[in-house]
Amino acid sequence: MTMTLRDIINKLLRRQPASASTARERLQLVLAHDRSDLSTELLDQMRKEILEVVAKYVEIDVDEGAVSLETEDRMTALVANLPIKRTMTGQIQLKKDRKNRSVENSPETEGTDQVS
Amino acid sequence: MATDTRVILICSGKGGVGKTTLTANLGISLARQGLTTAVLDADFGLRNLDLLLGLENRIVYTAQEVLEEECRLDQALVKHKQESNLSLLPAGNPRMLDWLKPDDMKRIVDMLIKEQFNYVLIDCPAGVEDGFKNAMAASQEAIVVTNPEVSAVRDADRVIGLLNTNSIKPVRLVLNRVRPKMMANQEMLSIDDVTDILALPLLGLVLEDEQVIVSTNRGEPLTLNRVNSPAAKCYLNIAKRLQGEDIPLIDPAEEISGFGAKFRRLMQTKIF
Repeated sequence: MTMTLRDIINKLLRRQPASASTARERLQLVLAHDRSDLSTELLDQMRKEILEVVAKYVEIDVDEGAVSLETEDRMTALVANLPIKRTMTGQIQLKKDRKNRSVENSPETEGTDQVS
Repeated sequence: MATDTRVILICSGKGGVGKTTLTANLGISLARQGLTTAVLDADFGLRNLDLLLGLENRIVYTAQEVLEEECRLDQALVKHKQESNLSLLPAGNPRMLDWLKPDDMKRIVDMLIKEQFNYVLIDCPAGVEDGFKNAMAASQEAIVVTNPEVSAVRDADRVIGLLNTNSIKPVRLVLNRVRPKMMANQEMLSIDDVTDILALPLLGLVLEDEQVIVSTNRGEPLTLNRVNSPAAKCYLNIAKRLQGEDIPLIDPAEEISGFGAKFRRLMQTKIF
């Protein structure tokens, strides 16, 4: 994200940012959806299911979590940003071979998955 | 020796972004470079290419009669008055849409290729439905026209997706109706914004120019005689780039004259 002199002056004067940046952001979002051909309902359902699966292993901050589509160079990526409150090792039944594998207690886990 | 005809689809998705104006002016520009060019009006529902070229009163037969074998191709082709290298194949009756198939468009274009034109430019209808698909079926490469506006860019993206899945290449972008002042004020998507979002190489940009309307009023494309108008220069540059000439892009910021220009450039300085 680059800032121009104009952006800074706008910020200082609490003026709305120039509309080109708004246009760019809105376009990037709408195109990510257009290109993936996923409806909002489907994306919502997928988001829910992803959160459910992740919540089985780690305690996540559901309100802060975001699953969204991002697009660059005509490639769309599913980006999940799920802040982890704490891991739940031992609290859930894990398979034997997984028992010793500790889940990293990082503030956020980012997973990308190519959709299209 | 047979000529290698380049068949180029001129499309946009959204209507009113300047497909037909670009087709007419590219046709004239290429013809002026000595290249034989046929422009094919594939917008059977709402044809206008004849009007922009000032040829509406000289149409005898159309693509419809050619397809129905009621006339020969050369009887339907309308030669431009001043630029004899340019011919128009007019669109037929809107009722053609009921039966026209991709193979019909292929047949017409094959006939034009046999006539050994250097270029066949297909003026595509707006939308992504049958009219577009028919025209795409007959094309080898494509020029996507868009404006620096969210709706035009979004629709262009849909079209680019369809062109990619149908292996049309190269697909290149023309950014039309660029307003340098608005771009400098960051109240219009920049050239980089649009090319980054659509991920297409830029064939050229066309500056907003009132003369475009004047020229359509007269039925004389800008490139025919008003070569000093900003848009006409842009169209000529696009034609030269199509021919492989290395013509640098116009920098919209340089097009702003007068007192405000320096200030606007200062405001665009990237701080971090």
